[in-house]
Amino acid sequence: MNTAAPAVPTGLRLRAGLPFWLAAIGLSLFFALAPRGLVPRWALRLPRDLEIPLDRYLSQWMDWLVTRASFGPFTFKEVTRGFAWLMDWPLSLAKSLLVSGFVLGQGSAAEPLSAPVSWAAVILFAGLLAARLGGARLALLVVGCFAYLALFGQWSSAMVTLSSILIAVPFGVVGGLLLGIGGFRSPRFERLLIPILDVMQTVPVFAYLVPILFLFGFGPVAAMIATIIYAMPPMVRVTLLALRRVPAEIAEFGRMAGCTRRQLLWKVLVPASRPALMVGVNQVIMLSLNMVIIASMIGAGGLGYDVLASLRRLDIGEGLEAGVAITVLAIALDRLSQAAATRGERLRHDMGRGIVDRGRLLTGAGLLALASMAIGREIPALAAYPEAFEVSTAPYWAALVKWINVNFFDQLEAFKTFLVLNLLVPVKRFLLAQPWPWVVALLAALGLRLGGVRLALTVTGFAMFVVLTGFWTKAMITVYLCGLAVVIAALIGIPLGIACGLSERLWRFVQGVIDTLQTLPSFVYLIPVVMLFRVGDFAAMIAVVLYAVAPVIRYTAHGVRSIPPQLVEAGTTSGCTSRQLLFKVRLPLALPEILLGINQTIMLALSMLVITALVGTRDLGQEVYIALTKADVGQGLVAGLSVAAIAMIADRLIGAGTTHMKQRLGLAT
Amino acid sequence: MDRPVSPSPTEAKPAGEIKLACRHVWKLFGPRAERFLRENPRPSAEELRAAGLIPAVVDADLEVRTGEIFIIMGLSGSGKSTLVRCLSRLIEPTAGQIFFEGRDLLRMREREMIEIRRHKMGMVFQHFALLPHLTVLGNVAFPLEVQGVDRATRERRAMEMIELVGLQGRENYFPRELSGGQQQRVGIARSLAVGPELWFLDEPFSALDPLIRREMQNEFLRLQGMLEKTIVFITHDFDEAVRLADRIAIMQDGRIVQIGTPEELILAPATPYVAEFTADAPRVKILTARAIMIPADGIGEFAGEVLPQARIAEIAPAVLADARPFAVVEGDRLLGAVDREAVLRVLVGGRRQ
Ligand SMILES: Nc1ncnc2c1ncn2[C@@H]1O[C@H](COP(=O)(O)OP(=O)(O)O)[C@@H](O)[C@H]1O
Ligand SMILES: [Mg+2]
Repeated sequence: MNTAAPAVPTGLRLRAGLPFWLAAIGLSLFFALAPRGLVPRWALRLPRDLEIPLDRYLSQWMDWLVTRASFGPFTFKEVTRGFAWLMDWPLSLAKSLLVSGFVLGQGSAAEPLSAPVSWAAVILFAGLLAARLGGARLALLVVGCFAYLALFGQWSSAMVTLSSILIAVPFGVVGGLLLGIGGFRSPRFERLLIPILDVMQTVPVFAYLVPILFLFGFGPVAAMIATIIYAMPPMVRVTLLALRRVPAEIAEFGRMAGCTRRQLLWKVLVPASRPALMVGVNQVIMLSLNMVIIASMIGAGGLGYDVLASLRRLDIGEGLEAGVAITVLAIALDRLSQAAATRGERLRHDMGRGIVDRGRLLTGAGLLALASMAIGREIPALAAYPEAFEVSTAPYWAALVKWINVNFFDQLEAFKTFLVLNLLVPVKRFLLAQPWPWVVALLAALGLRLGGVRLALTVTGFAMFVVLTGFWTKAMITVYLCGLAVVIAALIGIPLGIACGLSERLWRFVQGVIDTLQTLPSFVYLIPVVMLFRVGDFAAMIAVVLYAVAPVIRYTAHGVRSIPPQLVEAGTTSGCTSRQLLFKVRLPLALPEILLGINQTIMLALSMLVITALVGTRDLGQEVYIALTKADVGQGLVAGLSVAAIAMIADRLIGAGTTHMKQRLGLAT
Repeated sequence: MDRPVSPSPTEAKPAGEIKLACRHVWKLFGPRAERFLRENPRPSAEELRAAGLIPAVVDADLEVRTGEIFIIMGLSGSGKSTLVRCLSRLIEPTAGQIFFEGRDLLRMREREMIEIRRHKMGMVFQHFALLPHLTVLGNVAFPLEVQGVDRATRERRAMEMIELVGLQGRENYFPRELSGGQQQRVGIARSLAVGPELWFLDEPFSALDPLIRREMQNEFLRLQGMLEKTIVFITHDFDEAVRLADRIAIMQDGRIVQIGTPEELILAPATPYVAEFTADAPRVKILTARAIMIPADGIGEFAGEVLPQARIAEIAPAVLADARPFAVVEGDRLLGAVDREAVLRVLVGGRRQ
């Protein structure tokens, strides 16, 4: 990492800081309060003829790709469609198995061959698997989750979702593993890979839905490919890290045993890093589930489609039930995969004789599935969960919303209006009044102070990308929404995190809550918010805060808890009051960690912000979303890249700030 | 002192043929080390520092004979691990030659190297390096599995090894369920599974508690008594070196400063650094009658006879109990005499001569 120019003594730099900040704030205020017309128009919005129409170029290129590009005898489109056709096979198989049953023949001539695997068999199998992986408690939880799906009439949608997850996850895991291995083996490949991963993880998903739509058509396969692309990057990173972390001696042992390169990889390194790799698998599963709703925009169907459709109808009850169903599925799969991951760490020599034997589990499952498919044709109650036994809470939710709206409408509305008028609007005006040359200069100066010339150039580059592609105003609206949400999240999260850092019991409770919150797909956060506040910036901001608050709590708590105890003792013995201890010892030392948490919160906020375009914001997210509905590849990608640029500016600056601060505090970096 | 002191002919063991040798081996860590060394064949410490290179092994020469326990000793960071990894070519030396059974290892192709490692070399690691996902049995059988030996054969062989190190009954445990000492027994069994001729041990007992360490040293000597491997053993503990060694090479800052039997190192330390190491050594257990004997000319009457390779600790009670000297006899040749005074000098006399 490049750090600030070492020639300047730290003390000096700190003292030079105050005038810098005063000047920055003063000038910004000046621009905000300056009368109309003082700031030239071109500084607020780049004139059209100076913009680089990158979006148009991209659209044209895509057009060329889809209509004219070819590899030998095949056109590019034929190749991609062929690929989609291949991917369709496993997906159709999974769907036949879990949802529709097998049929003979095509279209209207199709004859049903068997029922799908019965809901009862699926629940039983999930329960047995859970019992084997994690014992009776996990089995109970998993059976409960699946039973919910049946009981609340979500079964067939849930199975559509499950089958695409079941296919997407292995692809994501294997793809990520292979790319990670490639990066591990070849530093050059890694250098290529890392920036791509950076972009992929910051570009909002919506942005690449359009090109995928173009290349693979509308439908479950395109949705699955989008899911895989979205869920794979963490697996790549985890693989790189996990392989690097294998102790040198173990790799040396492998070579001494006479392993070939391939044996070393597959028999030594990969199995030895299995627990770490399983973390990646868990991530892939969770991200795939997070993608479920978004994927339904390009034809995934299933629970995601149900949520989306009811959200569009503003049918809160239905949406909530489908949303909860996704969550329930997420919790079940999360716990199952975590149990699979940690199982290796428990004692295993007697696990073979555990509750359910693996071989017997698989044969049993196979037989059960076959039997239920055969019998299902005769006994419809087995093939599909009988509707008569379904319950729905949707009417109650609708009633609740109605009741809230009848009784609290005025209060909620007043609260919302107050905040909009006194907080949201002024901040938005303030930011929109800042001329871009000034903001870019400010960012460059910050980069220079925190990390030197290279950082300054990087940050300027990202900012100028946004300016030159003509998305400046929308970007500032994004910054305003995201910034406010992050500040609010920090105001809630930091004190809560500190409290958790000081109290073990509180931490255990809060940890449980935020763990669960983080298993919720981002879309689900929109439901209660829309329920209470309808649409608009305010609703969006609340949803963003809810979605993004977890990391700042987690990191703050971790930062406060991991302060070396000697330092706290030193503070105590030198007579600090507990208040002084907090503000003079604990907080300064935890600050780098808190900054990392805020960084994560910003990343989550940005990704959520794009989704809130559905509830009517006017920022970059909306641009991306509109591009999706218009199938405008260029606009979607460039607006998406602008979001990525904002994310990377924040990430690089905060990263440099953290390093800087850690060095000053003498903590290991 | 650059050149190691050549081993004396007073070796306890008959000199076997040379199994492993290295000539002018260098290992410099850092950028463009090879080119630097070609251009500066004898770089000074300053030149190395200026080039940003870390000299881990500097111009190492040594010979290991068939069947001997050759110990490489030195403080931590002196380059022992790097040297032994050069000898097994886990690390590619920057310069030099390494001869295994007369053939230059560094000239071998990947495939040949793999064959040699599969059949002729075994290695034990300081932190055991057991594969966490395999049981004891799986770990010990692993080197055979890699060679493609069928399951029944390799597991039978692995079980023999497990019994050899006294872990029968634990073969289905996972490494994390074993104590440190047990884990290293697995490491030892595993390295012996292919029946290697050359056995590398990199500080195998350093991560263990002192009591366990002693037990493992005894175990090691017992195994070597049965197996008679050629051994390169690394340690930073002179007591351990003395207990186990036929010969010891002492390393300092990447250089081998002296090679010799424990007795030679004590009697004639080549540098103050070596003397420092040997200062606290249990001399009565190391020095032999031959080392302290005086000329036998003119002595009329002997109390008895001792062998020249008898340790002082063994003969001291008898010699001290008698006013007359003992004759040092090899075959029917009279080599010299050991008297009370000579033994007392070793027992109480200054630690350094
Ligand atoms: N991979 C490496 N890169 C750079 N320096 C290394 C590397 N491995 C070892 N060194 C350095 O080489 C020297 C010798 O290390 P090592 O052989 O591990 O010593 P020992 O085993 O005697 O403790 C040390 O100064 C160590 O820091
Ligand atoms: Mg070492």
